[in-house]
Amino acid sequence: MDKILEVKDLHVNFATYNGTVQAIRGVSFDLNAGETLAIVGESGSGKSITVRSILQLLAKNADIAKGSILYHGDDLLQKSDKEMDAIRGNKIAMIFQDPMTSLDPTMPIGKQVAEPLLIHNNVSKKDAMARAEEVLRLVGIPNPKERMKDYPHQFSGGQRQRIVIAIAIVDYPEILIADEPTTALDVTVQAQIIDLLRELQQKIGTSIIFITHDLGVVAGIADRVAVMYAGKFVEYGSVNDIFYNPQHPYTWGLLDSMPTLETSEAHRLNSIPGTPPNLLNPPKGDAFAPRNKYAMQIDEEEQPPFFKVSKNHYAATWLLHPDAPEVDPPASIKKRFEKFKELGGSVK
Amino acid sequence: MTKYILKRIFYLFLTLFIIATLTFFLMKLLPGTPFSNQNRMSPDQLKIVKAQYGLDQSVFVQYVRYMGGLLQGNLGTSFQFNNEPVTALIGQRLAPSMQIGAQAMVVGTVLGILLGAVAAIRKNTWVDTLATFISILGLSIPSFVLAVLLQFYLAYKWHIYPVALWDNFQSSVLPTLALAALPLGNVARFMRTEMVDVMSSDYIELAKSKGNSAWKVVTKHALRNSLIPVVTIIGPMAVSVMTGSMVVENIFSIPGIGEQFVKSITTNDYPTIMGLTIFYSFLLVVIILIVDILYGFIDPRIRLGNGGKE
Repeated sequence: MDKILEVKDLHVNFATYNGTVQAIRGVSFDLNAGETLAIVGESGSGKSITVRSILQLLAKNADIAKGSILYHGDDLLQKSDKEMDAIRGNKIAMIFQDPMTSLDPTMPIGKQVAEPLLIHNNVSKKDAMARAEEVLRLVGIPNPKERMKDYPHQFSGGQRQRIVIAIAIVDYPEILIADEPTTALDVTVQAQIIDLLRELQQKIGTSIIFITHDLGVVAGIADRVAVMYAGKFVEYGSVNDIFYNPQHPYTWGLLDSMPTLETSEAHRLNSIPGTPPNLLNPPKGDAFAPRNKYAMQIDEEEQPPFFKVSKNHYAATWLLHPDAPEVDPPASIKKRFEKFKELGGSVK
Repeated sequence: MTKYILKRIFYLFLTLFIIATLTFFLMKLLPGTPFSNQNRMSPDQLKIVKAQYGLDQSVFVQYVRYMGGLLQGNLGTSFQFNNEPVTALIGQRLAPSMQIGAQAMVVGTVLGILLGAVAAIRKNTWVDTLATFISILGLSIPSFVLAVLLQFYLAYKWHIYPVALWDNFQSSVLPTLALAALPLGNVARFMRTEMVDVMSSDYIELAKSKGNSAWKVVTKHALRNSLIPVVTIIGPMAVSVMTGSMVVENIFSIPGIGEQFVKSITTNDYPTIMGLTIFYSFLLVVIILIVDILYGFIDPRIRLGNGGKE
């Protein structure tokens, strides 16, 4: 497979009144043509900042301190504003989180969808509008021809998210960044939007980076999953690796917090105790250690490197070190290991 | 839309009727009579004059008479200004005030929008500080102080414009500038606040993610969305600027209407007070109506009729 995007050792800092917040602390990943990579993690873990760095759509006080973002081998961080404008919305496009506020309230939606075409291609307004109509039909807006003249407030939340998606795909981007595109929608609409994204991916062959904090959504769309915590990736691998052979205690905690069909009404949902660390002064050792009941002495002192679990599956936890003691994962995780064996994987 | 406008015009006249009624009775509560400065008149002569103007009748009868005349477009004749009909009086004096006011509004609003927008885009830089400084100056320096300063430098020292004259366009420049400071400061402040909000909104981020240049993000998406609150303040401000500033008109010897209004009140010149009040009110309600219609053009969410659709 072709690597089209390679993020290497990305560090992003934010200057605030209280000091420098180290929001992203060394993130590396790559994206292959046509695949879907999901980045999961709780609020504030740095998912959005990681992907916004790719398009350089960060707040003014952000500083990409270190690292490189190679798009077909070219470092995007070295590009001028003008060169970046030519990439945004054309090669790499973004779907935003909140459909209620992401559309310009005073511009008809047809014009908003056609805009990227007019910016990047030498097309007539008429051709661009015809193409916008076609894409609006593709994303499932009924009567697109008549509705192109309507304004955002005349559409429902689900329809607006379809319009936001139409804007992102209208110029057939090579990479589509979806920043929690289903968070603001109710569950049935969520499922429709996920189906739509999968369908579109097949039609236009785009790669997707999908950000979410909802593991249920991940299972439905991703090829590979990266779990993020406190500005770092803690584990990444295929969907099966992460769901059925998770190795990092944080991934265990996330999976254990998911309600399942067996969850009874009387049963309280599990949660991970504690709160994420303050990234003004990131901890010296493993950032998850204070919330981790499996934490060892070394977790306090040194950050764990990535240990290889299998081909393409890595986790940054000292538990994978050869000298680490055997631990007893939560019951729900053990069940997952069983499932993994049934799927033909080998559990350590 | 037509139905809406017709309805609004009906309410417009209702408002004017209420204002006219209130003003009429309040005016009658003013102490003194229109002829209290005529010392040489004997009580008998005064009686005759009062009877001639119908002032010997009860207030209610006077009111009914006045409103009857008003319906026919008759505002009566002035007691003070050479017995001129009030309509003619307003007509002559109004044009200069309106011209200077309108010019000041256009200059102030356009510059204010630009200044506010630039300040918002360059938020927290020296450009922002300078723009804020200018708008605060515009708001806080009284127009007559500015008028005198402009007169001193641009007219007296550098001879670019006439000192005080009412003749051609040249002579309207200085009073226009003096009056434009207030709308400029106001509009700039509102524009900056709103645009800062708009620039941090999600749809501006989406506009950037489409590959729009910074300039296009502002001109195609941010400006129009920032104008809505600015339009709100333009209406009432336009009325206060266009109805004339007595002091500025005095400084530049402009034969405007501001001075006349004050004089008519101090001399109990009932028909002139009524005529001017009704005219000012008319101007205000019409401008408010225009602003409301303008909203619809700027913000489709406020557009009316057919269940929100065009």
